[in-house]
Amino acid sequence: MSKHHVSTIISGEPTEFLCEPQLTLLDVLRDELNLTGSKEGCSSGDCGACSVTVDGRLVCSCLMLAVEAEGHKIETIEGMARGNDLHPLQRKFLEHAALQCGFCTPGLLVAAKALLDRNPSPTETEARYWLAGNLCRCTGYDKVIRAVLDAAAELRAE
Amino acid sequence: MLDYTAPSTVEEAVRILAGAPGTVKVLSGGTDLLVQLRSGRAKPSLIVDIKNIPGICGIRERDGGFVIGASTPAAVIGECDALQRAWPGVVEAANLIGSTQVQGRASLAGNLCNASPAADSVPALIAAHATCVVAGPKGRREVPVESVITGPGRTSLSPGEFILEFHLPKRPPRSSDAYLRFIPRTEMDIAVVGAAVSLTLDAGGVCADARVVLGAVAPTAILVPEAAAALVGRKLDETSLARLDQAARRACKPIDDKRGTIEYRIKVAGVLARRTATIAYERAGERQ
Repeated sequence: MSKHHVSTIISGEPTEFLCEPQLTLLDVLRDELNLTGSKEGCSSGDCGACSVTVDGRLVCSCLMLAVEAEGHKIETIEGMARGNDLHPLQRKFLEHAALQCGFCTPGLLVAAKALLDRNPSPTETEARYWLAGNLCRCTGYDKVIRAVLDAAAELRAE
Repeated sequence: MLDYTAPSTVEEAVRILAGAPGTVKVLSGGTDLLVQLRSGRAKPSLIVDIKNIPGICGIRERDGGFVIGASTPAAVIGECDALQRAWPGVVEAANLIGSTQVQGRASLAGNLCNASPAADSVPALIAAHATCVVAGPKGRREVPVESVITGPGRTSLSPGEFILEFHLPKRPPRSSDAYLRFIPRTEMDIAVVGAAVSLTLDAGGVCADARVVLGAVAPTAILVPEAAAALVGRKLDETSLARLDQAARRACKPIDDKRGTIEYRIKVAGVLARRTATIAYERAGERQ
């Protein structure tokens, strides 16, 4: 089986890798590039734990072949904090206790950031619909939504 | 063993698709194909990714209508204001496919060629009189969307053929459309019933032309001319809605499954057709 050479930019870093054609972007992020923040929940696009953005658009990295990343810009959870400075969404998730086991958290943060990049003042309804593809079995979502709306308010004030 | 290629022209894609031995799968957004690869339901020897073909991801206006590239993500369709104004039903149907994440990849061509009876965008495209351009070894042909699906998981495309783009026609004044899907929750589910209605009114608000399509109540989405006939020649009133309801119910040939019984789906199809027609009628009245 021939491996494909793929050139991408991942969280601002030019990145090249070799991959077999059946591997998903999630497989390569986690197993080849050691970027294990993106989680594998369902592998069928239902849970959102593997959320990343591709050219600014929110996608499930389990629903994309790694070879499809050629020439595209990927943002993962690893690029969200600036060194030790957490992104306001990350801080608000901690303040509001918007996580328990934490498995869904990277995906929720990436998805919430994609929302706020597009819509700085979402309504609660808009936030809930946008995040409907991110499953959380711990929080009941309420604290997640409060954290997202609070982070949005802080970002607007900056 | 699986291989992958991403041709950058239509001609190259056709040549590869027509000449490849074994099972070949066309990759558009991949939101169905990758799940099938993972489960083992699809075992292709070659995946042909068509997204590098220029123009296949994008929307452009032409002759007063729209050309939507086959692999345009549903999210991009939802962000096109001009398309939203002219074809709100097509846009709302495309925007019901999966989550925000799935919307970032899922395409009209994939939704059509996956050929699920419950596909959301298909009834709306059929109601809209949409056509698609199919590229293949014998050149290109333009066909109505309803001629593409022949049964669950089956299409009329020949080996080597793939969909290049969709065409939505120019709208006369006082025209609009709508799509409603019934699911037991508010998001992230598969249609129990889908209903699409597209119509045109005359200056007096009388329905001059209509198309009614139902999804998830037969092996394919079904165009129901009897339901459209119930609307044409009248303003939308209780008489036409009752006839529409009856015609829609009569056209259903659903299955019993965990999402709904035959009896339930038939009943819901009538109710959903009424509600969808009412929305399309109100929208058309606002488009002078």
